[in-house]
Amino acid sequence: MGKPMRIRAKAANGETTVRALMAHIMEGGQRKDSSGNRIPAHHITDVTASHNGKTVLTAQWGSAVSQNPFLAFTFKGGAAGEKLAISWKDNKGDSRTDEVTIS
Amino acid sequence: MKRKLALVAVLASSVMGLAHANDVEAGIAQYREMLQDGNPAELFEMSGEELWTTPRGPKNATMEKCDLGKGPGVVAAAFVELPRYFADTGRVQDLESRIVTCMVSLQGFDEAKILKTGYAKGEQANVRDMATYVAGASRELKINVPQDHQKEREMYEVGKRLFFMRSGPHDFACATCHAEDNKRIRLQGLPNLTGNPGDGIGFAAWPAYRVGNGQMWPMQKRLNDCYRQQRFPEPKFASDATIALGVYMGVNAKDAKSIAPAIKR
Amino acid sequence: MKKIIPFALVGATLVLAGCMSTSISSADADKLTAEITANSFQSKGIAKVERLQQDEANRLCSAANVAGKPLAADVAAAIEAAQLKTIQWPTDGKFLGDHAKGEKIAQSGKGLTWKDKADRVNGGNCYNCHQISKEEVSYGTLGPSLYNYGKLRGVTDPNSPAAKAVVEYTWGKLWNARAYNACSNMPRVGHNGILTEAQIKDVMALLLDPQSPVNQ
Repeated sequence: MGKPMRIRAKAANGETTVRALMAHIMEGGQRKDSSGNRIPAHHITDVTASHNGKTVLTAQWGSAVSQNPFLAFTFKGGAAGEKLAISWKDNKGDSRTDEVTIS
Repeated sequence: MKRKLALVAVLASSVMGLAHANDVEAGIAQYREMLQDGNPAELFEMSGEELWTTPRGPKNATMEKCDLGKGPGVVAAAFVELPRYFADTGRVQDLESRIVTCMVSLQGFDEAKILKTGYAKGEQANVRDMATYVAGASRELKINVPQDHQKEREMYEVGKRLFFMRSGPHDFACATCHAEDNKRIRLQGLPNLTGNPGDGIGFAAWPAYRVGNGQMWPMQKRLNDCYRQQRFPEPKFASDATIALGVYMGVNAKDAKSIAPAIKR
Repeated sequence: MKKIIPFALVGATLVLAGCMSTSISSADADKLTAEITANSFQSKGIAKVERLQQDEANRLCSAANVAGKPLAADVAAAIEAAQLKTIQWPTDGKFLGDHAKGEKIAQSGKGLTWKDKADRVNGGNCYNCHQISKEEVSYGTLGPSLYNYGKLRGVTDPNSPAAKAVVEYTWGKLWNARAYNACSNMPRVGHNGILTEAQIKDVMALLLDPQSPVNQ
């Protein structure tokens, strides 16, 4: 189970703006340690956001996304009180889901 | 005539340098503004809050009875009044040293072991997270480091002397970089810490998350890395020297708004 | 734990008395600072606690800063004279090296920290404080701009008698900046072993060689 995310979702004018901070080391897989050995890749590969159970965003991430990624996006619809959930999966099989109430 | 031309040339080159520098400063300001949204420091704050309220250590107790200077269990607004004198230990302590004191007295952890652990390792990672949490509970409040107690005033004088202490192969003191307005090292602006550098600057900006290395730096780590770059030997974690410097900077920054935990390059 | 300083007992009784305005005397603050300094640092890597021992110049300049008053003229002059004596002139009489190497040395801030190995080649840290070439925009402002250094001083041939004074001053300033300004913030790159003689020659070329990008 990954570390908790920090998610904020705000509805206004028929749209919901979501801002999510994810805690993840996001090791790209190209770096070498001080002994010259490659540090294995360990990063988020898939992100899904859903509103009231319906998918509003999917993303495939690779080694270019940096540590502790910040994701911000807007989707049509959503209202205060409704649920917004974000899930991620990484290349080592770890995952995390957090849900918030849209404000 | 030749001398006049030379003087004009010197002035022209410094003006050219200045105009160029202003573009550079504007660019840095824009980059900083973009960073504010989504500060990963909040992840450390969340972790710190969880650590604070979770029973841990040999005594299986939480940190919720910890006295950070405003009474046992009071976290709100405690950060902006640190460092301060504590009667139970008879010393002036900063945030991180006080967190360690509580981890020892309330939770039964081994003080010497925590002090010797390196940055971000073992229990020091937890000190870091809790420091970030406590700092966040003083967001936007004014720095108000006390000078009521004799020892607090002594530590100010000690901090001042340490601040100006030039030594090591480079003859650097804190003052070498931090005693004048509007100076920078490479492109990094340097706050003048001999006075009040303003809201959210200098003392009022740490703990901070450093984007460049993805690390959360409380004040102890900030001072540690300053001394490293000054080519000094290493300051011991939560030593009196580091606390004294905190008193000096904090008192000088009186009424500046704290933006901790902040985000930096 | 810590030994009790008699002074603190006085302080304690005054706390009980309530409102207090006593401050610590300057001499006592110096003493307390020395004790705290001795207890607060540890050697790490090549950065030994011996580095905390200040030489006379640093002791005096630091004290002047704490007091908020500049050094007395005669004290400053004495420091400058003593520092001047430490300057080691080039062993082969040649002052200039390679300006391209000099640029690399000016760009590098490496060496002498506790993370550095003892055999590491040190950098000069120059761009941290100075503008030097026109191309490099990432420069500091703690020191004056050195752009067009040689050109502005009319150095067309660094080996000529006309340029001798400037060349020697520049060497001296690099070797030991305090010889010309008792409390200069500039590190004493030669005297304190930050750069080697060969490296200083390369930095000299960066500043004074008419072919150097600095003088274009």
